[in-house]
Parts: sequence; structure tokens; C-alpha cells
Amino acid sequence: MKGGDLPTTRPQECARKSSEQRRKLDQAFAVACVIIACLSLVVLALLLSAITFEGVRFLSFQFLIAAPGPEPAEAGIGPSLGGTIWVCAVCAFMTLPVGVATAVLLEEFKPRNIVLRWLHGFLQLNIANLAGVPSVVYGIIGLTAFVAMFGLFGSVNDPVLELGASYYDQFVSEGDLVAFVPVSGPQAPETEPRDGMTAYTSSGQPFKMIVADRQTFDFNDPANQKNMKRTFFTDSEPGRVSRKSWYFIRIPFGRGVLAGSLTLMLVVLPIVIISTQEALRAVPDSLRAGALGMGSTPWQVVWHITLPAAVPGIMTGAILAMSRAIGEAAPILMIAGIVYIGSAPGNLMDDFSVMPLQIFTWASRPQAAFHSLAASGIIVLLAMLLAFNAVAVLIRHKMQKPLT
Amino acid sequence: MTEASPQLNEREPAAPKTPPASEAEALVEAGADGVSAVHMADFNAWYGEFQAIHAVNIHIPEKNVTAFIGPSGCGKSTLLRWINRMNDIVPEARAAGMLKMHELDVLSRTTDVVDLRRRVGMVFQKPNPFPKTVYDNVAFGPRMHLRVSRAELDDLVEWSLKKAALWKEVKDRLRKPALGLSGGQQQRLCIARAIAVGPEVLLMDEPCSALDPRSTDAIEELIAELRQEFTIVIVTHNMQQAARTSDYTAFMYEGDLIEFGATKNIFTRPQNKRTENYITGRFG
Repeated sequence: MKGGDLPTTRPQECARKSSEQRRKLDQAFAVACVIIACLSLVVLALLLSAITFEGVRFLSFQFLIAAPGPEPAEAGIGPSLGGTIWVCAVCAFMTLPVGVATAVLLEEFKPRNIVLRWLHGFLQLNIANLAGVPSVVYGIIGLTAFVAMFGLFGSVNDPVLELGASYYDQFVSEGDLVAFVPVSGPQAPETEPRDGMTAYTSSGQPFKMIVADRQTFDFNDPANQKNMKRTFFTDSEPGRVSRKSWYFIRIPFGRGVLAGSLTLMLVVLPIVIISTQEALRAVPDSLRAGALGMGSTPWQVVWHITLPAAVPGIMTGAILAMSRAIGEAAPILMIAGIVYIGSAPGNLMDDFSVMPLQIFTWASRPQAAFHSLAASGIIVLLAMLLAFNAVAVLIRHKMQKPLT
Repeated sequence: MTEASPQLNEREPAAPKTPPASEAEALVEAGADGVSAVHMADFNAWYGEFQAIHAVNIHIPEKNVTAFIGPSGCGKSTLLRWINRMNDIVPEARAAGMLKMHELDVLSRTTDVVDLRRRVGMVFQKPNPFPKTVYDNVAFGPRMHLRVSRAELDDLVEWSLKKAALWKEVKDRLRKPALGLSGGQQQRLCIARAIAVGPEVLLMDEPCSALDPRSTDAIEELIAELRQEFTIVIVTHNMQQAARTSDYTAFMYEGDLIEFGATKNIFTRPQNKRTENYITGRFG
């Protein structure tokens, strides 16, 4: 018989067996995926509901504006909410231009020269590496580079450059009026009160001081009594105070908002650069060729064609980077430290705190009420994050157009 | 996308020159009955070590349509892309020899590439309108190169769109995204965009290969219109298209210019055996 010595295995039978097995495996995989997805959802829901239960007690408008204090019922997150807004806004304003410019350089102006090409590769590699550096390391860098500026420009108390600050010696008159005498700087010698010297009230009204000797002053003289508010004794001790305008700047920066923002900038810059590069890479080359072929300069191609086409991707990356910045505690801890901050910062050099730090402070207190406060803080932080991400999704949705 | 100056190689090409000088001169004669818009003499081009074009000599006549035909990889697109130095963006590309656009030495280091590309427009294989409105697409070039008032710009856009036989179809949707147009309309928009800056030469790199027959028809009609005002150089895979649209045809094979002459001569009485084989479909 022809083919009598053929092996007995037939592909059809094997296929039947195998398809049975494959279908089971396929179903098992689908079930496993659903279970894992549900599990992570359940964990997330548990966390959120636990925090909401715990924190909703203190949640109110008052909580958003009040300063943290010893009394949990009256404490709020105001100063650190303000600090977070300040730090993140300044950080965004500095990070976006620098990050986008770096990405454009790396992506759109690739060098041909062998040395520059090597440098380009080196930069690219290191930006990828920087994205993975623990943020506390950036905190240490920020401490030396931005807070102290390597000690090259004096100390924070005796800065090399200072703009927008005025210093006063403060005296209290015999009529309990607080008077301010302007001085040249924080290290100026103490003012000796003299008769006829101009001083200012706390509302800025100038007046002439009357300086008298405590030993010879006659408290019963009606003329003296009338001028009690303006009367100071020669031995009164001045106190040095300062008033800072909104544009107050000093070098070195000190533990202020600007140093914190710059440090956060280091943390999120790699994220912005990498996401911008991705967005630029997604712009089809045919658009660049089209613009170049019409005689656009490389700059015009970038500005009029490539960047506008990449805006949705860039914005999404930027906002995700900002959500990272909002949540960072470690580098800010290095810069700002844990000190009591009673009000939101008023200028770039002002001391500040951010929400994660405030939450951490509350959570490390032994009393249970403060743990609830921490939970309330977390709710506010999460709400802010969620709002940011919603904006990212919206922008992406609104601006995404087909490119070719 | 770096716009560095191209690595021009001034030394003599290593490969032997083909075709021989006498034949080359004959080819030059063939196209030289008018003023030449583009003149190449002993033009060579490389990608790295690979020589894509061998010692090409050609006069591309002004205000005519010149078609380059040949099998894939014969160097016709490379040749086209050197005329407006689009090859500058290819890191490995370099060229040597003489390449003149009217009196302008194209390959010179001192040539203003930006101005060259204004004078030598280009239309690509795939329609590539910018993700902007129809109006902004056409106005893009004038805004960059020319100082024009708003009214003049409106005029220029209308003129270009009319020249590109697109005005009727888009005049009511000038402010709509260009990407909403059909493929053929997009390609005509790209042509309008290219002529809006007043080029002398229009390079077309297989402008119809991504289009359906009907849109191809429209483009071919357009080419016939535009040849009165522009020198058109078209690269095509489609021999019928070359025969239909062009006044002169150049056949290239493996980097050599094999034959160049009036289209009717090339397609009816090719002088070279290889040209004949290609045209009759025996290879390629």
C-alpha cells in the first residue's frame, strides 16, 4: 500500500488538541488580567476611602486658609498651600523654557561634527540618567548651589546683593508708640536716638523724635505729657527689623521660595526634556522637509512648524512634571527644613513650606487629631493633583490633531 | 535636521566618467535650444562611500517641463534634491562638480540656501500640508520671505490658489484646516504653497505617486498650465506620465544619465538600447 510506512501523526488532530489548550490559556490570561486590575482598583479605593473618612472631619474653607497651630480644630494648611502654589508656579515658569529649549537643541539641531556628536550622545544619556536620580540628592545640590551659592557671595545674613529690602531700628516711645528709624543695612551700627531725628510710625507717618534723659525728664510737666508718644529716652535699646517688598531679591538666595523652585526644577527638568523630545520626534519629517524646502531657516521650522505640532505632547509632559513637583517632599525638606511658617510667602526669598512637608509634620505628631489633619491635607493635595491631570487630559484632547 | 553647509567634495571623482565626454556634449546640445534654468556639468553625488550620481552633464531648459525617469535607485530623486540642496539635511550626502541655477552656483559654500530654496520650490511625493488652515499654508512662504501687507497677502494667496487650480474648491474654506482636504487637493495646496513665494524652478518628486488617477489627472493638467511660468523638473516612475506631461525627458540608470532629449524623440526614437528597453518595459 502506498504510504503505508507514513508516520501516524496528522496535523488536523494536533490542531484540534492545541486549539483547545490555547483557548483555555487565553481565557485564563484574560481572567488573570481582570483580577489584577480589580485588585489594584480595590487597594486604591481602600486608600482613598480611608483617607476621606479620616480627613473629612477637618475639611472646610477655613482649613484651606488657616495657619497650622497647636489646636487641631483651628489648624489649617494655608501657608503651605500658598507655598506649594508659589514654588510650583515659579518652577513651571523656569522649567518650561529651559526644558523645551534643551529638547529642541537635542532633537532638532543634531550636530554632525564627530566631537559634538559624542557630546550630544553624552548629554542624552545623562538626561536619561538624571531622571532616575533620587530627589533627595537634588535637595543636597540645591542646598549648596542655590541656598548657599557655594558660599561665594557671603552668607544669607550678610548677602552680597540685596534688592527690595529696607531695614529699620525699632524703638518704643514712652507713650507706647512703635517708631522705626531707617538704617542702611542688616549689619549697620545701632542707631543712637537723637533729638529731632526723623522716625516713622508703623503706618509710614514721619515725625520728629523728642529725645530726653531719663534722669532729668519731668513726667508731670503737661508739655511733656502731651508729647509722650514722641518721647524717647537716650538709653532705649533699638531692635533691628526689616521690611521686604514683593520683588525682594538677595544673593545668595537662602532658604527661600526661589531656591526651592530651582531645586524642584532640577528634579522635573529631565521629565520635561524627555517628554518634549518624544513629542518632537512624533512630528513627521515630511513637515520639516516641506518647510525647509520652502526656504525656512531651521529656526523658522522649529518655531512655526515643529513646536506648534508638538504642543499637546509638550503640555502633557509639563503638567505631569508639575504634578511630580507638587508631591515632592524630600528636596524641599533639605531646602526649607521643618520650621513653623505662619503665612504664605510674600516674595521669592521668603521662608516657605509645602503641603507634603506640612502633612509629614502633622503625621509625625503623636496625637490622633493631627493624623486626621494630615489626612485632610492629603485630600487637598490629591485634589490639586487630580485637577492638574485633568487639565493635562483636556489639553491633550483639545489640541490633538492629525499631523499628516 | 541640522542645516550645516554640505560636505562638498572638490576632488575629481574616483569612478570613471560615463557617458564619455563626446556623448555628454551631445546630451548637452539636446536640451540647449532655449535658455537653461539648471545646468549641471560633471556633477557627482555620494551618500557616504556610495556614489549615487556619476558625472552628469545636463541643461534643463527654462519654462519647460523636464521629466526624469528611470528605475528605483537610479539617482533621479537625488539629482532633484541637489538642485535646491535638500540633501543638506542628509548627513552623509555630498556632491561635486558644477551645478548652476541660472547664474547661481548652487553648491558653493557661500550660497544662501534659504534664498535658493525660495527660488527653487519643491513638491514632495506625499502631500505634506502643514497642520494649519488652508490660508496659512499658502501664506506661510510669503510671510517668511516677503514683506507684504495683509491685503497683498490675501491677493497672493488667491493668486497662488488660482494658479494651482484649487481656488474654486477652497475659496469658502480658507480658514478650515488643510488636513481636511482630499489627497489630491492637499497636493495642489502644496503646489500653491510652493509657488506663492515666486520660485523660478519647481521641483516635483513623484508628485502623483500617492494619488488616485483622477487627482493625478488634475495635477498633470496643472503642470501643463504652470509650465508657461515656471521651469518644472519632475521625477516620475510613471512613463506615461512623463510622456504626457513633459517637453524633455532624461533617462537615468544606476547613477548615469543615459539619454536626454525632447520627450517625443526619447519615446519614439530612443538612441540608447537601455533607454529603449526601459521604455518598452523590458526591464525596470
